[in-house]
Order: sequence, then C-alpha cells, then structure tokens
Amino acid sequence: MPNPDTERILALYRTMHLIRTFEERVGVEMQKGNIYGSAHQSTGQEAVATGVVSQLRKTDYLFSNHRGHGHALAKGANPFAMWKELFGRAGGTCGGKGGSMHIADFSVGMLGANGIVADGATMAVGAAQAIRLLGEDRIVVAFIGDGTINRGPFSEALNWAKVYELPVLFVIEDNVYASTTLTKTVMAGQGVVARATAFGVPAINVDGNDVIAVSDVAATVVADVRASKGPRLLHATTYRVRGHLALDKMFYRDKKEIDDFMVHHEPIGKCRRWLTDHGTSASACDTIANEISATIERAVAEALAAPQPDARLAYTDVQDRGAPVWHG
Amino acid sequence: MARMTYADAVRHALAEEMRRDKRVWALGEDLSTAHGNSSANQYTGLIDEFGSKRIVNTPISESTIMGAAVGAAVAGTRPVADLRMIDFGLCAIDELVNQAAKIRYMFGGQARVPLVVREAIGLKAGMAAQHTQSYEAWFAHVPGLVVVTPATPADGRGLLKASIRCDDPVVFMEHKDLWGLEGDIDLDDEGLVPIGKAKTLRAGIDLTIVAWSRMTHVSMLAADELAKQNVSTEVIDLRTIYPWDQQAVLASVEKTGRLLVVQESVLAGGFANEIAAEIAQQLHWKLHAPVARLGAPRIPVGYAPALEAEHRVEAAKIVQEGLRLVKASKT
Ligand SMILES: Cc1ncc(C[n+]2csc(CCOP(=O)(O)OP(=O)(O)O)c2C)c(N)n1
Ligand SMILES: [Mg+2]
Repeated sequence: MPNPDTERILALYRTMHLIRTFEERVGVEMQKGNIYGSAHQSTGQEAVATGVVSQLRKTDYLFSNHRGHGHALAKGANPFAMWKELFGRAGGTCGGKGGSMHIADFSVGMLGANGIVADGATMAVGAAQAIRLLGEDRIVVAFIGDGTINRGPFSEALNWAKVYELPVLFVIEDNVYASTTLTKTVMAGQGVVARATAFGVPAINVDGNDVIAVSDVAATVVADVRASKGPRLLHATTYRVRGHLALDKMFYRDKKEIDDFMVHHEPIGKCRRWLTDHGTSASACDTIANEISATIERAVAEALAAPQPDARLAYTDVQDRGAPVWHG
Repeated sequence: MARMTYADAVRHALAEEMRRDKRVWALGEDLSTAHGNSSANQYTGLIDEFGSKRIVNTPISESTIMGAAVGAAVAGTRPVADLRMIDFGLCAIDELVNQAAKIRYMFGGQARVPLVVREAIGLKAGMAAQHTQSYEAWFAHVPGLVVVTPATPADGRGLLKASIRCDDPVVFMEHKDLWGLEGDIDLDDEGLVPIGKAKTLRAGIDLTIVAWSRMTHVSMLAADELAKQNVSTEVIDLRTIYPWDQQAVLASVEKTGRLLVVQESVLAGGFANEIAAEIAQQLHWKLHAPVARLGAPRIPVGYAPALEAEHRVEAAKIVQEGLRLVKASKT
C-alpha cells in the first residue's frame, strides 16, 4: 500500500546514501594516499544532516564544523567540486585552497566547514543579526559536536541568541566521542538540553539515527525559528562509526561498540526497512544506491584527472589593501 | 644512547620531570585517552604512571585550560598546559598574555607563574590555513614570556626540562612536522638545554645562517649545497626565540660578515626582523653585505600542494640567497 510519505522518505534515503557513499570513499582514497591532508568522516551520522537540512531552504544559512562533508552534501553542494577540493585540485569548492576541513559552498548557503570548534556557533549568531538587520527571510543553522559544547563561546552564543531572540537553530550532533575522549567523562550536568533550557532556549532531544524522526522534529523547530519565535536547540544522538580522523587506530574504544551500532542503530538500514515496510521494493532502494555509487565513481575519477590549481592562486583573495604580490 | 623520536623524547622529558618534582602536572584535551593515537603519542602511558590527578584530561575548553594553568601556577604547582597547536592556542591568548605574562609584575613580585604551555607550530602537509600557523614572534613581543622552539629530539627533551624548571611562563613551541624526527638521546645524562643558548650546528667563515625549529634542518641542507659552491656557511640554531642568544649571533657575524636569517613563518612582522635589525644596528660597519632575511610571503597556507608550496622556504631558495650575499659583498 503506497504511503503518502514515501516520496519524502525516499528523498531522505537518497541523501543519506549520498553522504555514506561519499564518506566511505573518503576512507578508501585516504588509504590510497590520494587525499593530501586529513579528513573527518560522518559515517553513521547521516540522519542528522539529512533530517535537519531536509527542512531548510537553499537560502537558509548553515555553519558547519570540521566534520562537514555530510552537512555540505545535504545542503546541496556539488560532490564533483567537493572531491576536487579533497584532492586539492582546480575546480574544487574553494579552488583547492581549503580542503576537507574548509569545504564551503556559499551558493547553496553552506557557509563553511571549520577547523576551530565552536566558532560556527558564534558566527551563526552574527549571521542571524545580519538577517534581522537586512529584513531577510532566512534562518541560520549551526552544527556543533557534543565535545564542543564545553567551549565557552558555545554558551556565549546560546545566551546571546536568546537575549535577542535570534533566528538560530543550534544542532548538537552527539556522536558520543570528541576525538579520543568519551564526551560524558568531561561534561558536568544533565546534558546540552538542560544547558540550553537554563538559558531559556527551548531544546529537544531526538534519535539522530532515525532520519524520519529527525526530519519531523526539525520541521517543528525550524518552523518556530522561521516564525521569529527565537532560537531553538536540537540534540540529536548518534554515533561516530569511523575514527576521529580517517586515519585513526582507535585504541580508545572497543570494536564491539561499533558492531552493536551497525546492527541495532545504523540509520540507512533503518530507513530502508521503513521504505520496504511501506511498499517500496528492495530493488527500488538498490537502484538509488547504485545510482549514487556511479555518481561518486565519476566524481572521484573526474577529480583525480583534474589539474593542480595554478600556484598564482595562492596570492589571490588575501586582501584588497596590501594584497600580496606573486614573484614567480 | 637511545634512539627516539622528537615526540617520544619530549614525552620522556615530561615523565622525568614529573618523577623529579611532584608539583609538575599536565592538562589538556585527550591527554589520557590518546594511547597510541598517531599524532598524540606525546602522552602515551603517562596516565598509567602518574594517575588522573597529574595527567588531567580536560573538556574542550581552551580558555580554561590556559586560565587554570595560570591559577595552578600561582597556587604553588608547576603545570604543563597542552593546547595542541598554536591555532587552538589562539582561543587562549588572553589568559597567557594578560594574566600569565603580567601577574608577577603587576602584583609587585608577590607571585611567580611557573607554567609551560605547549602550542606546536609549523607547516604539515595538507593541514591548510587553520592548522599550520607559526606565531612565535607574537609571544616574543610580550614582556614576561619565554619562547622556545626546539628543532631536535635532544633539544626537545632538554628544553622541556629547562622550561619546567623555569620560574617564568614558557611558551614551548614544538614543530608538528618534527614529531616523527629521530635522534640519539643520552638517557644517562640529565640532558638539560639552557634557555637562551643557541647552538652552532656547523662552523663556517663566509656566511652565517640563523634559523630555528624546522628551518634549521632546511638550512643545513642548504649549507651542504653552498659548501659545494665554495661558500663556507655557519649555521646557528637559535633554539630559544626569547631571550635569543645575541652573543652567539654577534660573534658569528663578526667572523663571517654576512647574515641570513631564515624563518618558516610569514616574514612581515616575524622574529627574523628583530635579529636582522639588531645585528645590522650593532655590526653595520663590519658587514660585507646587507643583512638578509627569508620567510613566507604574507599569505595564508593553502591546501593544495601547489598552493602550500608557495608558503615553504626551500633549501634552494636559501642557497640562492646565500650566493647572492657572497657575490654582493664589498670585499
Ligand atoms: C578550539 C579547538 N580546540 C581543539 C580542536 C581540536 N579538535 C578538533 S575536533 C575535536 C573534537 C570535537 O569533538 P566534537 O565536538 O564531539 O565533534 P566530533 O569530532 O565528534 O564531530 C577537537 C578537540 C579544534 N579544532 N578547535
Ligand atoms: Mg563528538
């Protein structure tokens, strides 16, 4: 029996697959030595980016963090350009200047991954002030890791956003770990929802491995923020399947934890079960997966064939007054 | 003699100091959990030996890591605060500059602030604009701070020990790309390296190159090449940026008559300028050629290899500049 929601869930399924396929390929290309720098994968966390961004418009702003591939893809950044960026090639999202940790695509409202944690939260506050000043119809979303909420600027941002009732949605993507540290071992109190509540910011927990739940809850909080009701915070619990960095020996955790997550909580399988339970055929799901694999395959091949950026580019976009000069 | 990497030697030194002095302790992110993690083996095993009162795993809270170190130093301990790299240390400049560096003076000498803050500097392949910066010159500008930049495993060990024993706040700047460098360490020897003392890595009579941190290694390569072209080069590793060893540099340049200062970071506003100005001022009439400097252009570090390369001072550039100095000479 066809469910009226099927089209929407299929779109979520597709986006999650895109992120998963992208991230898993990052691991492969890292092993091969094709990625010049380091990269943080979001394997297992796809439902958070996918569910939240499914409720955003292209014109809304998104501030990401160091684990930003999924946020960028969900917001509509071009995977072909992203691969070029990861490989440090001409035609990358940032022309090869940024790499994985600084992926940005302003044309779709993706205002940047970030190498410094919590800075996205404070910049989101400022972007919201600007939206108010310019009288624009947009909102701002900041994706923040569980470990990052212990940085002072995060609390400052929450307080400020509430004082001025700014249109910001703080999304805490709780993948249990912060680098090699179990976040709960360095966090006092009842968690981030309690902290936000103490500032008067309405906050809600959601199962970040259930893309339908994330999307539904996001629909409500995004509507509130859009209706100028002030900031909101969404705490999505999920799990980091891969290392902190793509090359991480992971001595600090038991592999059983990962296996348990993959069997019981893994978000794409869960979404697929919903789809097949509601009338979508397994082969229709496979077709989506295959299409995405083919796209990533082409994007990687095209990016690997792309040239290095011209060295002169190193001297552009530094500043107008006192711009550096290339001497060759 | 033991063969050790730079990271291992520094970890060894921290353990030695912690055994020697119960007031020494360390704090920072991931210090007790990063067992064997590739970039973080500077603390491997220390939690097992010293326990969680002395190896303190902190939340991601840079301002408080630095502020807590200041408070703990004032309160009678000798903390080693790890901010991982200066790029994250930027989140805790205030506590270092406004508090650590000023407390002794402002309060009329009532308190000392014997802390070490580790904030690694330097280019590392593919780390892009926010994980590659070198701001040793900023701290040299701040009265009250000592700034050290070891280039070898032995100096990493010896300078960390000296820094921990120093009663001033010390900014200890390892180079991320040197963590894996191997060297010989004499573990039977205390191995202390005095703060403020440069080391002459190679003697020469035509040209003095002054460098520190990773650039000392690049300068040594350049000196080999210069020797093939009949330029005898003296290479000085400054080791401490502040107080820098003026006497060593003056003595060398009085002999060679030519000075080239080589730094990795952006040249504008860099510490090479301080050295060049001081030597030019003191030895102007004895120089055979104008003092020269090399450093990075004033651009952020790009990610792609072709962009990143623009930021690097390579040996070939040093050779070229050295030859130019010799040819440009008045005698
Ligand atoms: C200000 C700052 N401090 C430290 C770091 C180093 N660092 C990068 S990611 C990370 C852990 C972040 O954990 P979390 O917020 O949970 O995000 P996750 O990596 O789990 O996505 C740390 C400590 C940094 N990038 N910026
Ligand atoms: Mg986390």
